[in-house]
Amino acid sequence: MNKIGVIIKREYLRRVSKKSFLVVTILMPFLITALVFVPLWLSSIKSDEVKTVVVIDSTEKYTSLFRDTENFRFINGTKSLEDYRNGDSKEVFAFLSITDDLIQSPKAATVYSEKQIPGELSRLVNQTITKELENQKLASFNIPDLKEIIEESKISFNVQTIKWSSDGSESASSAMIASAIGFIFTMLVYMFIVAYGSMVMQGVMEEKTNRIVELMISSVRPFDLMMGKIVGIAFVGLTQLFLWGIMSSALIAGGTFFLGGGMDMLSIREGMAMQPGMAMGMNPETMQEMNEWLGIINGINFTELIIFFILYFIGGYLLYAGIFAAIGSAVDQQEDTNQFIAPIMVFMVFALYAGIYSMDNPDGPLAFWCSMIPFTSPIVMMMRLPYDVPLWELIVSVTLLLATAIALTWFSAKIYRIGILMYGKKPSLKEMIKWVKYK
Amino acid sequence: MYFLETEDVVKQFSGHLALNKVSIQVPQGKIFGLLGPNGAGKTTLIRIINRITAPDSGVVRFNGTESQPEDVCRIGYLPEERGLYKKMKVGEQAIYLARLKGLSYKEARKRLLEWFEKFEITSWWNRKLEELSKGMQQKIQFIITVIHKPELMIFDEPFSGFDPINADRLKQEILELKYLGHTIIFSTHNMASVEEICDDIALINRSEVVLSGEVNEIRNRFKSNTLDVVLRWKGGAFTLDSDHYTVLSTKAQTDEIRMRIQKNPEVSNSEIVTEFAKSYEVLSFTEELPSMNDIFINTVSGINLTEA
Repeated sequence: MNKIGVIIKREYLRRVSKKSFLVVTILMPFLITALVFVPLWLSSIKSDEVKTVVVIDSTEKYTSLFRDTENFRFINGTKSLEDYRNGDSKEVFAFLSITDDLIQSPKAATVYSEKQIPGELSRLVNQTITKELENQKLASFNIPDLKEIIEESKISFNVQTIKWSSDGSESASSAMIASAIGFIFTMLVYMFIVAYGSMVMQGVMEEKTNRIVELMISSVRPFDLMMGKIVGIAFVGLTQLFLWGIMSSALIAGGTFFLGGGMDMLSIREGMAMQPGMAMGMNPETMQEMNEWLGIINGINFTELIIFFILYFIGGYLLYAGIFAAIGSAVDQQEDTNQFIAPIMVFMVFALYAGIYSMDNPDGPLAFWCSMIPFTSPIVMMMRLPYDVPLWELIVSVTLLLATAIALTWFSAKIYRIGILMYGKKPSLKEMIKWVKYK
Repeated sequence: MYFLETEDVVKQFSGHLALNKVSIQVPQGKIFGLLGPNGAGKTTLIRIINRITAPDSGVVRFNGTESQPEDVCRIGYLPEERGLYKKMKVGEQAIYLARLKGLSYKEARKRLLEWFEKFEITSWWNRKLEELSKGMQQKIQFIITVIHKPELMIFDEPFSGFDPINADRLKQEILELKYLGHTIIFSTHNMASVEEICDDIALINRSEVVLSGEVNEIRNRFKSNTLDVVLRWKGGAFTLDSDHYTVLSTKAQTDEIRMRIQKNPEVSNSEIVTEFAKSYEVLSFTEELPSMNDIFINTVSGINLTEA
């Protein structure tokens, strides 16, 4: 094995065998799955206790409207509220007191309880009474079949969007899903560049402050040392992504099966590529809607999405990792890095916002230019990708990104080579650029 | 032909000339002392030999051919700024660094275990480096420097951080490496150790070589013609009269007299001994050679001993 291979192997193995890596890699999918499923699961738990609600209706118009539900049993109150309150009424959960005709005096109904009144009960009471009052109001107009007329005029409209592909086929598209998927990939690229870029910087600084670097570069070229670290850490990132992908899809598939009584396997497979965003919608009641969504999701070209995701991930990482390595090489202390990192973070955050604004107008000039400029393209293009970007744009953007990444790596290596041997004074940017010219 | 030579090596940093036409010649199988005050350019020269930095002009030659990138595997380098990965286990770390010098995993492991046994430190193998004391770390560092049996070894201030016992141990190891045929460059401020182990030296001051050659030859070159003489003397009058020397000091003891004399440079030592022997029994006759320390200080301060 050649030297750079030995370095890559060490950088990789050292990091993936760390406890913190294992913990984050294993726990993260569980955490995401838990975030999605625990609230669903909790809401699906039925309370086994049926609570008794006594209806004390002095008008005697409304008592019969209340039907028992799974959680509440309504009984007709025979005594006055005062009597109940003073007497022994432990088994009664709440009292609904109606003192007057509710059309005339809408405030005449009150729920009393010694405990916190659950939203479900007040909702139930409100719905029941509202419906009755509506019917009464409608009846008071004396128009025949008014109820049916109104029922018929209630329209829920939802436009269907179809995208024409160049091959003439049609597929249902949804801006919402596309942007959700774009957003997830954008965040992933952004997070990985920041997290793994700083990992490169930490690694370089570690070698410098441990003073091992002089020994290292008497054995290997500084470029090999830097690239070995960058590539090794890239593999760590890809490993983490891969494991997250597999684990999240397995967990979400399992969770969906457990909760939803088994969705079709297709959706489970697709669940892998867009785990959190899709799972958000996975409420058992929206299963029907989900199936429509699945059709739309199937219309998105995931193979293309994943291929370009990996390309942009690698390109964007390489672009920034070199800069991070150069910064790490130039400073002795953690605190000194901030001055150099701040401008990079401005770029990154700008790219993130440009990406988010591109969601509304994925083919607009901001989105277009930011997805061409190498410093922002890995983040912005991920947002645009689910909206079907023309192939030529993708090719130009990726080529520009990779070319810039290579040029910057070369440039960074020049700074790195000098920086790692410089101790003491923190160099200025001007000095660092001067190092590039050194032989 | 020298094992390693540098010819007119020039290195310029921004606003500062680090090396000005530095030429040194290191013979095969010898210990070569690279001396000089702080900031003279020693470390820069060593880095150029190690191909860590490139010279602006001038060449480095191994056995007469210009140094190539692969030549770094022929060098073992113990930098002055030394350190290892703190969080990494000693054995794993040593294997990693040995592999970067071109050894296979198996070979690296085998050789390392031998060295660890020799230094009786096998129990450290699975410990993290940060758990070891500084002296212990230095030992590991030394092993790593020599593990790939390089033809040329460069030790930059090797004794700093060692206690006297371990420093002596290290000195013995270095001498042993010399007998095994390795060529050694030895950079230090410790002049006593230079006299003890170096065969040749080059003294660098203000970016230039100001003195170079064999240690003994240099000491002779700087000798001040001072002689230390002890004569048997049973009391009584003591007279010496000669224009071959002047007496610097005398010290009488019960039955001997000790004195320092400054001889006339044209007169040979034998003539003077003969002169003494005519009247007294000569117990000891030593020519004082300047210590490397004196030569170092005087050369660097710009004062020539012979003119003093």
